[in-house]
Amino acid sequence: MKELSLNILDITENSTKAGATLTSILIDEEENTLRLTIEDNGSGMSEEILRGVTDPFYTTRTTRKVGMGLPLLKLAAEQTGGFMKVESVSKDVDPVHHGTKVEALFYQDSIDFTPLGDVVSTVCTLIQGHPDTDFYFRHRILNQQKDVLVELDTRQIREVLDGVPLNEYEVIKWIEEYVNEQYSGPQDTE
Amino acid sequence: MKSLAELQKIKARMQDRVVLREGSGDIRVVVGMATCGIAAGARPVLNEFVKDVSEEGLSDKVTVSQTGCIGICQYEPVVEIFQADKEKVTYVKMTAEKAKEVVEQHLKGGKVVEQYTIGAYQS
Repeated sequence: MKELSLNILDITENSTKAGATLTSILIDEEENTLRLTIEDNGSGMSEEILRGVTDPFYTTRTTRKVGMGLPLLKLAAEQTGGFMKVESVSKDVDPVHHGTKVEALFYQDSIDFTPLGDVVSTVCTLIQGHPDTDFYFRHRILNQQKDVLVELDTRQIREVLDGVPLNEYEVIKWIEEYVNEQYSGPQDTE
Repeated sequence: MKSLAELQKIKARMQDRVVLREGSGDIRVVVGMATCGIAAGARPVLNEFVKDVSEEGLSDKVTVSQTGCIGICQYEPVVEIFQADKEKVTYVKMTAEKAKEVVEQHLKGGKVVEQYTIGAYQS
């Protein structure tokens, strides 16, 4: 993948496929590290499936025999000196508290660090494709110049919209601008 | 600064329109968004369709949605167009620029852009 944001899109698509009603995407940047956490309340995986999930030749899909999503993220993290780990609770084991958590640590000063890229586009793409699923996105950047905190919670947006689908173009465009403004700080347009 | 009050206004504007539109879309544009599609560049292709369909005023008859891997990963990004009473059209190796042309010629003009279809690549 050319951007980490594409890995994020890919992994989060798995969460929605697992029937998650809420998926959190958390990015924490501090000094030279970037920590990515994607956590969902989907159906989870059995221990057997979990063991094979970072093996490129393991997949549950039937159209093609090779699943590359998590192996690609693992590779992207490990090539910077970081790691990826996956925890999961299957709904067969715990019918109430089930889901999957993917956590990856990257060293941004590594020459093999893949840039984060357009994460706002990833968030908008997810909402466009899954308007009935909720996403919580939080990106925190702590460095010497300034601290940045960007947040988006579709549950809040859904409440305001009161039945208007989240994937209406005007809504998606508003979300895109709303998130982008949080990165750039308030712009005085008056 | 964008505010939730502004979102309120969008809601008020959209509410009536959305009710009118329900069930009327007869063309479906489906973009493959599995690992293979995403890695090959499906995200900008999808976003171009979403943008152009809305801006060209086609939202009433065209819906844009996402799907998983359809098994022809070497041709990604793949876009399928379904329309009642017509054969499915499969566009392959798509880019945002090609998507723009497909909206203009196929979705608006009703003319399939043959050179981007899978048939053109396989022959």
